[in-house]
Amino acid sequence: MAAKRGRADAEGGRSLNTTILLFLIQDGITNGAIYALLGLALVLVFAVTRVILIPQGEFITYGALSYATLAAGQVPGTARLAVVMGLVAFGFDVFAARKSLHARALLRAFTVNIVFPVVVLLLTMWLAGRQNNIPVNITLSLLIVAAIGLFLYRIAFQPIAHTSVLVLLIASVGCHLAMQGFGLVFFGAEGLRGPTISDAAITIGDLRISGQSLVVYGITAALIIALWLFFDFTLYGKALRATAVNRLGARLVGIRTSLSGQIAFLLASVIGAISGILIVPITTLYYDTGFIVGLKGFVAAIIGGLISYPLTAVAALVVGIVEAFSSFYASNYKEVIVFTLIIPVLVLRSLAAPEVEEEKD
Amino acid sequence: MSATLLSVADTSISYGKVEAVRSVSLEVKANEIVTIVGANGAGKTTLLNAIMGILPQHGRISFNGQDLAGLDIEDRVAAGLSLVPEHRELFGTMSVEDNLQLGAFRIAKATAAQSFERVYALFPRLKERRQQLAGTLSGGEQQMLAMGRALMGEPRLLMLDEPSLGLAPLIVADIFKIIGALRAAGVSVLLVEQNAKAALQIADRAYVMELGAFILHGPAADIAADPRVVASYLGFQHAGASAV
Repeated sequence: MAAKRGRADAEGGRSLNTTILLFLIQDGITNGAIYALLGLALVLVFAVTRVILIPQGEFITYGALSYATLAAGQVPGTARLAVVMGLVAFGFDVFAARKSLHARALLRAFTVNIVFPVVVLLLTMWLAGRQNNIPVNITLSLLIVAAIGLFLYRIAFQPIAHTSVLVLLIASVGCHLAMQGFGLVFFGAEGLRGPTISDAAITIGDLRISGQSLVVYGITAALIIALWLFFDFTLYGKALRATAVNRLGARLVGIRTSLSGQIAFLLASVIGAISGILIVPITTLYYDTGFIVGLKGFVAAIIGGLISYPLTAVAALVVGIVEAFSSFYASNYKEVIVFTLIIPVLVLRSLAAPEVEEEKD
Repeated sequence: MSATLLSVADTSISYGKVEAVRSVSLEVKANEIVTIVGANGAGKTTLLNAIMGILPQHGRISFNGQDLAGLDIEDRVAAGLSLVPEHRELFGTMSVEDNLQLGAFRIAKATAAQSFERVYALFPRLKERRQQLAGTLSGGEQQMLAMGRALMGEPRLLMLDEPSLGLAPLIVADIFKIIGALRAAGVSVLLVEQNAKAALQIADRAYVMELGAFILHGPAADIAADPRVVASYLGFQHAGASAV
């Protein structure tokens, strides 16, 4: 991503000096940190729901472009999409509970599915153009995408939560295509850029670290620590882990699969949107860019076997650095090289791991 | 006579076209230990899973006066029904304490603290090992943890599926002693066992299951004395069970 800018002048000689080396490493780590977040979200969603989250890319795009649209003083279409999806989700909730309609459950469904997205939409309409405060715009974008993530699970995945991984994957591809189409409607075919969160820069010897990179490192580290605290020390975090470890065991103690799934999708969509908001000041994002970015997080998650969080984080940094260096040495083959990383990993894994039967719920 | 807690009426359960359980009826009253004995493959586990909502069934199952039709596993847990399945289904990569805490997932925090004390009093071994990962426990300890986790949710009826399976005789004796103690604590028990001798000793009433149907039922002492049961389940081939 960011490497593209510095590359034009470097490409002539293709000789690596310290400045370029440090730049490439910094670029690789910045991108790698974002891939790490995405990879962690993918592992989380897969472990809890067995869904391979292809629409992760759309969470990135929606987050980034909603933020950029808000910064341009307009109301992003995603806020309206959230309201419509909320209405559908509410319909699903009412239909599912039709046999035992409790006032409390109904009120909860109404609050989550209708009141929440409507309030977010009204806030967005009121605040867009009236102010241009970066934290406010970020918060609004995150709320919008969080709502979309939550309702996406309710509408597309909760009704088929007990089917096979393959069915869930097909649904996931379908969601990705539909949401990408909506992305084109909302944001147009033109790319957008958002304002940087920090314009500061630090120079240490040959190394110039941009403020935005520091923001990326800081937020990634903070999110990883927050996730760790959530999973290890809160009841809901433990319930999510329990669902991932043993779905039947979790149900037998009264943890609803649908609750775990909703929390997992909520976290994944917020993480995706944060990643998008971190990238969009560095690089122009189009309605379909999120997919490729998400796929790189997916490469990291695959290297981590879709189960290991630390391995995924390390793999994400490797992916970022490989990407940075291949864009320097062979920029035309950058994506090819990154995605080819999967093949030796899969071969090694398939040799090391015994054949497993597919788990059904 | 105390009130009926669980009532299973005319229930059939099929795997595809194969009928594994054929129109069985069963009752568990409050403060009662009821056992279902029978050979491997008789349909005992299938019946427990259907009562818990893991498998679909045809028939009427009600718990505490409430019809369970259409209720998910999680709703049945909330109603006070709990199953310790044959494979225990513990959270292997989480600590003993986390497993127990999740057992109390749906009850209030204040009550959960008391549940911890009660469970640790029943199973002091679990307290010693509370920081250990569940997957690293011995078989007997895992069974204790599975029972402890179920008890954390303060069930009114605990269903145990083969709690003695694969355990050393001394530990089996411990487990059965604890099952006996549960009645005093106000928990009813529905116990499925191949170890018929031990089960019939602690149970109030018993059902004998063969090929998906109950062939006998009545007070446990009468069942234990029934010549057919003695021949099939308490005879020579089960001599190992006498160690209990």
